[in-house]
Amino acid sequence: MIAHYGYKDAEGEFFITIDTDRCGRCEDKPCVAACPRGVFTVEEDPYGDTVVAVDDRRRRRLKYECAECKPAGDRPALPCVRACPWGAMTHSW
Amino acid sequence: MMMVPREEYWRWSEASWADPDKHWKDARVVTLGIDVGSVSSEAVVCLDGELYAFNTVRTAAGSVESARNAMKGVFERTGLRFDDIHYVVGTGYGRVNLPFAHKAITEIACHGRGANYMGGPSVRTILDMGGQDCKAIRVDERGKVTNFLMNDKCAAGTGRGMEVIADLLEVPIEELGPRSFDIDEEPPPVSDVCVVFAKSEAMARLKDGWSKNKVIAAYCRAMAERVAALLQRVGVEPDFFITGGISKNIGVVRRIEEIIGVKALPTPYDTQIAGALGAALFAHALYLKAQGKPQAA
Amino acid sequence: MITAGIDVGSKNIKAVVLRDGRIAGEAVGSGGFEQLARATELLKQALRAAGCATADLAHITATGAGRTAVAFAHSTVTGVTAGARAANHLFPGARTVVEVGAEESRAVKTDGAGRVLDSAVNEKCAAGSGSFTESMARALGMTLEEFAVRSTQSTARIPMNAQCTVFAESEVVNLIHSGVDPKDIARAVHDAIASRVAAMVRRVKLEGDVVLLGGMAHNPGFVKCLKENLEVETLLIPERPELADALGAALVATDRAGGAPGERP
Repeated sequence: MIAHYGYKDAEGEFFITIDTDRCGRCEDKPCVAACPRGVFTVEEDPYGDTVVAVDDRRRRRLKYECAECKPAGDRPALPCVRACPWGAMTHSW
Repeated sequence: MMMVPREEYWRWSEASWADPDKHWKDARVVTLGIDVGSVSSEAVVCLDGELYAFNTVRTAAGSVESARNAMKGVFERTGLRFDDIHYVVGTGYGRVNLPFAHKAITEIACHGRGANYMGGPSVRTILDMGGQDCKAIRVDERGKVTNFLMNDKCAAGTGRGMEVIADLLEVPIEELGPRSFDIDEEPPPVSDVCVVFAKSEAMARLKDGWSKNKVIAAYCRAMAERVAALLQRVGVEPDFFITGGISKNIGVVRRIEEIIGVKALPTPYDTQIAGALGAALFAHALYLKAQGKPQAA
Repeated sequence: MITAGIDVGSKNIKAVVLRDGRIAGEAVGSGGFEQLARATELLKQALRAAGCATADLAHITATGAGRTAVAFAHSTVTGVTAGARAANHLFPGARTVVEVGAEESRAVKTDGAGRVLDSAVNEKCAAGSGSFTESMARALGMTLEEFAVRSTQSTARIPMNAQCTVFAESEVVNLIHSGVDPKDIARAVHDAIASRVAAMVRRVKLEGDVVLLGGMAHNPGFVKCLKENLEVETLLIPERPELADALGAALVATDRAGGAPGERP
């Protein structure tokens, strides 16, 4: 399953996309600890896979939650995306 | 000045139904799905995995109270008691607080399952747009979700955004769709996506001499473009199925169909129950699984 | 030399007239639908206050969302550039400039001498700017002034879940109905917008003293919450924070009148 967590508003589309088929294969879920804002949680999805999801309280303010990892000047690799050994995660902005 | 509660147009009316050709006493497995949404709450009963009865109520202050109100209507109509039910699944934003549910399942998964039942196994793309959110869901032939997104951050692109514009123009919300086609030519969409700023833009257009209908058309077009962009993010594949309050606004629906180039599938069902129906169908599969009778979940 | 800067904001238009680099006259008024006519009027008002005439102006620079409407301006400049220029004119050496207006907020990192190094902006969404506060004050039935002051008296911290102005209005009404103290709601509202603005500051990385510009700098409830969110003791706020962009534009006009090549509208 391709899960898009986030929103679209007047400023743009702010989605973190997780490929749960890949994510489900990952034992350690290192992205959870890699995020400085605690954006991710681990949950069992409706089809029985243990996968990473975006915390419900963070989902509607991703532009702000992710701000410090996306400096205006230069764009280093994101800690969450870098931590994912399966290439299961992308950001839309 | 305090805001006064006013009538909300962008809502489904409270409704209750039971299949007169079925009786729950004849069924082997009776399951219940409850969807506690932000605006309305629904209870659906399935008999052996087939839709039997539903009831929908306005969401009350608490999730548990809303779920009880929804259940009560279905019990009164059918004579069922809670003890007759084999398995209960809760969904919707209030799902985690339901003490009597055996399991909570996300509304995305339940919507996929419910739409698969109502639209049939050919349904691949589902749009659900209610009062406070908008979901774009892709499913396989069994109703399993393969791709989804939900937008509940921003009022533009939800029924609430439409309500604000209807209020501003003092037009009943059910008239918006037809009136949006009563124009000489399609105007460009309102450029401000944000509902707050779009209000100012709408007022400026009226001042420029635009008719209300033209403003409505421009707003419906803008909303259709936003929703189409969300659908395109998950990818549009026929058949296309629409659930939720948006299906009542042909001004938005026709324009979405035009943009994505796919027509929505007609359905005889009351699509407001999609989430609760999916929950009751999940409940059926989960009950059989718990009984050691494997069936595709 | 006499120059002018005009800031055509989404709500108000501001005009500043400079004589030899010092403010000689100013005017603020609502914009409305007739931006060009209002801008002309307000410039004349500022010129009268300065005791000079239109013919005396060496250069006029317009800024703000509606800057292109000012047909008589010799040049235009973005709000980001104008704000940074004004901030360092008023507070030389300050590196971080935060500006919160009616429909836009931004964080700018400068070199301390008025040049922009980095910027991050909230725009197009009402929840990111001062209009969010206005809508919430209206929902609470308070004036903006009362709303701001009550916020500073709150000691409880309650969260606001809605991230959209339209949804937040309903949330505020629900909070009132469930008996939450209005001053705590006021604080939650200011905290919500301050946290969004602070996130923008994190994108440009807070460094040195922080200057706060724009109309929201007059709001003590917001100022208090922004300090908390940025974890700073003080914010540098000029006497007329709402005039900053117009001042910056006038300073740019002075540079350009002095022979520097200017961008023409």
